[in-house]
Amino acid sequence: MTTRLDTSIETWGRVHRGAHQLAEPAWRDAVAEAARATAAAAGTTLAHGLGRSYGDSALNRDGGLVRTTGLDRLIAFDREGGILRAEVGLSIDALLRVTVPAGWFVPVTPGTKFVTLGGAVANDVHGKNHHVAGSVGRHVRRLALWRSDRGVVECDPEVESDLFSATIGGLGLTGIMLWVEIALHPIRSAMMQVENRRFADLDEFFALSEDSADWPYTVAWVDTIQGGEALGRGVFSRGRHAETGGLEPHRSGGPTMPINAPSLLLNRVTVGAFNRLYHANPGSAFRGRRHYDGFFYPLDRLRRWNRLYGARGFYQWQGVVPPADARTATRTLLDVITRSGEASFLAVLKNFGDRPSPGLLSFPMAGTTLALDFPNRGERTLALMAELDRVVSQAGGRLYPAKDGRIPAAAFQLGYPSWRELERLRDPLLMSDFWRRVAISDGNGG
Amino acid sequence: MAEATRILILGATSAIAERWARLRAARGDRLLLAARDPAKLAIVADDLRARGASEVLTAESDLGDADGAAERFSAFADRLGGVDIVLLAYGVLGDQADMQANTDHLRAMLDTNFTSAVIWSELAAGHLEQAGSGTLAVIASVAGDRGRRTNYAYGATKAGLSVYLEGLAHRFAGTPVSVLCVKPGFVDTPMTAHVAKGGPLWATPDMVAADIDRAIARRRTVIYTPWFWRLIMLIIRHLPRPIFNRLNI
Repeated sequence: MTTRLDTSIETWGRVHRGAHQLAEPAWRDAVAEAARATAAAAGTTLAHGLGRSYGDSALNRDGGLVRTTGLDRLIAFDREGGILRAEVGLSIDALLRVTVPAGWFVPVTPGTKFVTLGGAVANDVHGKNHHVAGSVGRHVRRLALWRSDRGVVECDPEVESDLFSATIGGLGLTGIMLWVEIALHPIRSAMMQVENRRFADLDEFFALSEDSADWPYTVAWVDTIQGGEALGRGVFSRGRHAETGGLEPHRSGGPTMPINAPSLLLNRVTVGAFNRLYHANPGSAFRGRRHYDGFFYPLDRLRRWNRLYGARGFYQWQGVVPPADARTATRTLLDVITRSGEASFLAVLKNFGDRPSPGLLSFPMAGTTLALDFPNRGERTLALMAELDRVVSQAGGRLYPAKDGRIPAAAFQLGYPSWRELERLRDPLLMSDFWRRVAISDGNGG
Repeated sequence: MAEATRILILGATSAIAERWARLRAARGDRLLLAARDPAKLAIVADDLRARGASEVLTAESDLGDADGAAERFSAFADRLGGVDIVLLAYGVLGDQADMQANTDHLRAMLDTNFTSAVIWSELAAGHLEQAGSGTLAVIASVAGDRGRRTNYAYGATKAGLSVYLEGLAHRFAGTPVSVLCVKPGFVDTPMTAHVAKGGPLWATPDMVAADIDRAIARRRTVIYTPWFWRLIMLIIRHLPRPIFNRLNI
């Protein structure tokens, strides 16, 4: 297996980057050799897909990486039953082009279609339908992993159930996934019925969420600059698959952000102006039909949009707080942000449901989640996020590893008490920057 | 509904061929995949079936060795019940320095990339001529446009292949049979796994496959893919020798 030194691999947030010994196997039976060859020098390697993890969970700096995007084949597609088995490097983008014309949609999708199936499972991703469908792990029927100590292992909720549950949300550490079998969601149209509504404050957000229980997809954008009376104003969006309108999948194309924007582009003034325009925009009260591509994946229209944050990159922060304290904790989080003077361009608020994931280290839990991104301004940004961490910890919540690049080990371990179990089931050949930081470096590992 | 197109792919486990086959599978076509490795063939065939191909047949065959090619080609065509499109996509890059030092390796590469490829092309052309219509598409390379010190052995096979295809295209000019010579530039495939990628000149196999698909539909004779390689090779072909000799390409 040919490997090469690649010095350009970075996280989606672009705060972390580094050198990796890289292999790109084109066949499932080449994965073992790719893993061993890339781990030869530093002793560890890690599967890497399309690189959409914001934080450092998909990096293994100065070690190996096995890029899975060459493993993008379908293995079997039951067009009557909606069961798809496919190699882990298949993207949701490519998957939908095949399944939508046949009347099937992914059961759960994150906000970009440029993620691999393997990445979706390793992070147990959630979407706008969490309150009715849970996270993607609930829809995984079976999967296969290659482990350095056991070879190829197939697992499902009954067979090798410990390994199955550790792999869902297991951040790629339990083995290199080879294929995944998922149950798709039936659709009769590629169009969505959509309703957007403005809300004036957090109370209205919670009321709208409760009122939208029969809408399968809900999400809200929230303004993080307006404090005081307007604290927590935003736009609530809900949708469902339409009954008519054809099964035309999305098209490719669209512009690419060619270079880094100046680091000052997204600041308090520009984001504030954007927020005022967004809130006042007629689209904020839109009711009607939209294609699924525009409804689920608005950011995919600008390829490499992460360059908007300039050369220093940006941090994502996403936490969830349980229902008991959700209102006060969410209010406190927004209050901390508006007072900080930092601006978050994309601020997303959603109520999760209580459907449990089979995943051992799954992020979603019943409650309210807030996702933010902050341009990297060094210490100021880190200090703000540390304050947000404290609010979440005090409320008994936790942070999302896929979006993290700096959480201290203690805070992570508090939010994920099962982390030792994952460490016990970790393939000894696999490691990530994230795991080194939260589970290994403080001497608690093993 | 129209009859499914009957497609024969020689070298069906190559990255570009596989990506093109996916486009055809989505249209419900019938495919026969020929290649050397039966395990890889089975994996590709499963994928194409899942994508909607109406039938996918496989044939384990060492295409680089042209012994008995006429009988083998007839068998392929019989299994499909006739062929509408033939794509020839196999080839090896070889290591230029190694082939300079070891002429057995040089000869093996010549046999694979040139000798066997023109024999299969001739057989395919004969079949299409008999049938009265159809397309032969063959993957050559921009490397065949000018001999360069870093890969003239490989380049020479692709140059010879291109001239052979040019002759076939001339023979069938004005008939319903078309012959297409595909000249890809740098493509991110396992063949180039040792090279750092990501510059603007690198294309994905999906992009190349889409270009091939369009060229077949438009009955083109020669395409460069991506398109800008036509300009690059125009310049390289016309560089005066004193300048060309100073380039380490």
